[in-house]
Amino acid sequence: MVSFYLFGAIAVLASLLVIGQRNPIYSVLLLIASFGALSGLYVLLQAPFVAVIQIIVYAGAIMVLFLFVVMLLNAPREATEYDERVHPLLRPGPMRFGAVLAVTLIVELWWALTKGRETGEFAAARVDSVGALGRLLFTDYSFPFEVTSVLILVAMVGAVVLARRERS
Amino acid sequence: MSPTLGNYLVLSAILFSIGTAGVFIRRNLITILLSIEIMLNAVNLTFVAFGRALGSAEGQVIVFFVMTVAAAEAAVGLAIVIALFRHRESLNPDSFTSLKW
Repeated sequence: MVSFYLFGAIAVLASLLVIGQRNPIYSVLLLIASFGALSGLYVLLQAPFVAVIQIIVYAGAIMVLFLFVVMLLNAPREATEYDERVHPLLRPGPMRFGAVLAVTLIVELWWALTKGRETGEFAAARVDSVGALGRLLFTDYSFPFEVTSVLILVAMVGAVVLARRERS
Repeated sequence: MSPTLGNYLVLSAILFSIGTAGVFIRRNLITILLSIEIMLNAVNLTFVAFGRALGSAEGQVIVFFVMTVAAAEAAVGLAIVIALFRHRESLNPDSFTSLKW
C-alpha cells in the first residue's frame, strides 16, 4: 500500500509539473519520471514485462524522440501574451474553460468510481505472466501483432516524408 | 492491506484528467503531445489493473499494442510539428489556423 501511494504520488506530481512547465525540456524529463513511477505500479500489478517495456520503449525510445525534437527546434518557450490577430474566442477564456472541463471530468470520474461497490483485493498472483503474454501474442493475437509492424512501417515512411526538407 | 482495483482506477482517472487539462490549457504543440502521452499511460494503467483483477494476460497484450500506436503517433506527430515549425517559426497551435499557405 505504501509503495502504491508513493508511486502514485510521484506519477501525479510529475504529470502535474509536466503541464505546468514553460520549458518543454523540463516537461519531457518530468514525464520520464512519471513513466518510471508508472513502471513501479506495473511491477506492483505483477506485470513485469509491461514495466520493462515502459522503461525501455516509452522512457527510452519515445521520450528520447521528443527530446531530440525539442532540441532540434531550439526549445522555444511558450509565448505568454496573445496574438492580436487571433479570434477572441481562442484567447485565455477557452483555456479557463478547458481547466473547468478537466476538473469536471475528474470529479465525474471520481464519483463514478466511488459509487461502485468495493472491488476488494486482487486474486492470488498468476505466475509466468511473461510466458502467458508471449503465448497470447503469438497465437490469439498473431494477426494484430503482424499488423503493428505495418503500422510502424507506415509511420516511419510518413515521418520521413513529412519532416523532409523540400527542395526549392 | 494492499491496493484494490478501485485505487488503481482512481489514480488512472486523475492522470487522465491531468492529460486532458494539459491538452486544453497548454499552448505549445510539444506539451500537447506530451499530455496525450499522459492520457495513453493512464489508460494503460487501467488495462493492466483490470487484467490483474480478471486474472488474464490480455490486458497486457492490449498495453503492448497501445504502446506501438503511441510510438507511431509520436513519430508522425513530431514530424508534423517539425514541418509546421519550419513554416511559421512557432509552436503555438493558434498560429496554425489556416488550412493552406
